[in-house]
Amino acid sequence: MAGEATEGGGLEFHPLDQFEVHRLFGEGPIDWYTITNVTMWMAIAVVCIVLMLVIGTRKRAVVPNRMQSIAETLYGFVYTMVEDVTGKDGIKFFPYIFTLFIFILISNLLGLLPMSFTTTSHIAVTAVLAFAVFFTVTIIGFVKNGAAFLGLFWVSSAPLALRPILAVIEVISYFVRPVSHSIRLAGNLMAGHAVLKVFAGFAQVGLLVAPIAILGVVAIYALEVLVSAIQAYVFTILTCVYLKDALHPSH
Amino acid sequence: MAILGELAHIGAGLAAIGSGAAAIGVGHVAGNFLAGALRNPSAAAGQTATLFIGIAFAEALGIFSFLVALLLMFAV
Amino acid sequence: MADTPAGAEAGGAGMPQLDFSTFPNQIFWLVVTLLVIYFILSRVALPRIGAVLAERQGTITNDIAAAEELKQRALEAEAAYDQALLDARSEAGKIVADAKADIQSDLDVQMQKADAEIAAQTAESEKAIGEINAGAADAVKAVAKDTAKEIIAAFGGKADAKTVTAAVTARMKG
Repeated sequence: MAGEATEGGGLEFHPLDQFEVHRLFGEGPIDWYTITNVTMWMAIAVVCIVLMLVIGTRKRAVVPNRMQSIAETLYGFVYTMVEDVTGKDGIKFFPYIFTLFIFILISNLLGLLPMSFTTTSHIAVTAVLAFAVFFTVTIIGFVKNGAAFLGLFWVSSAPLALRPILAVIEVISYFVRPVSHSIRLAGNLMAGHAVLKVFAGFAQVGLLVAPIAILGVVAIYALEVLVSAIQAYVFTILTCVYLKDALHPSH
Repeated sequence: MAILGELAHIGAGLAAIGSGAAAIGVGHVAGNFLAGALRNPSAAAGQTATLFIGIAFAEALGIFSFLVALLLMFAV
Repeated sequence: MADTPAGAEAGGAGMPQLDFSTFPNQIFWLVVTLLVIYFILSRVALPRIGAVLAERQGTITNDIAAAEELKQRALEAEAAYDQALLDARSEAGKIVADAKADIQSDLDVQMQKADAEIAAQTAESEKAIGEINAGAADAVKAVAKDTAKEIIAAFGGKADAKTVTAAVTARMKG
């Protein structure tokens, strides 16, 4: 076994190193405009999105090729989701929701490439996404419904005595939304990638353990592919649900 | 300081129990969905969105506990 | 492992996610990325895909309508064909009937002619037979007259021709 290596306190696990933000060029502090690996992987995500949705569909074929077919499937998937959940008047927010969906999906999947950096595993990124949704939805709610939007917190179907208590709970749950919305996405991805790293770390234990560890890595990797897509879907559909609350606040 | 570090590790382990609890919750959601879907398969297709929302809510709490564990491990 | 917590302690946090010094950087680039994606999607990609999908829907609808029309036309053509077949069949039946009637009338005429001819022949034959019969009767009369005259002469009688003739005639009639 790795007897000598354990001196410092166990195996060499660095499951969180992969999340470090660092400068791409030169040395120095990370300012807000510094080009970092975050910048690079977001740029790669943009390039992928452009390749898929713009270059892939440039032929506008009635009978689509592979790329165009993927783009159309994604479009149809999100479009039906927006239409089903928010109704007809939510359709005008479709580009906004599709932007969120495609960015999260592509970033999640890019993060699964070995040696890559997962932008959506950072609380800073997902919190911005979630608070963007939160503020958008709140502003839309007040603009569309005025003060009637506050009816969202006043559960008129409950007994009168319970309503103030329920209102407090509703208000709290409303303000917890962006927190859970962002931590769910970042936490899922961080957990998955950290677990991948931990399993990979077990491979250094010995020849007997290594194959099991590698099988475990493969299995977790498959699960992570699933989780990447599902988390993008969940983030998007929760956005749609919140949007529906803003557009039709009556319970 | 050293004792605090050890206690933080114990706390992290305790917080990780929450992940198991979330696993039970997710299993409940999925199992009940399957039970309902087998009784009325025609209605199941329309409810997959609800299924995923339910799973997401249940899982989020497990992720919270995981996050607490990570914070105790690395940030305390 | 030993120096990681130390470094983390120095950096303020062990988790890169909680390293607040990188937050402005991430948020800035995220906003830039999202804006770029939003403008690309809303200006170029989404209208294009929407148009393609609508066009495909239109094409499918048109094709289904065209197929429906073609099917209608095929049905019409089939009906016309059936009608033509029916017409041809009745025409053929009529032609056959006409031909049959023609043949029948020809046959009738020919039969009649043949019958008439046969009747004429029969009549002629009958006349010939009558003549032959009459000839034979005259010959018998003459022979009988001669024979009677001879017989009378042989008996020594004398017979005038007139009486003998009358007698023979009477006899022949009786």
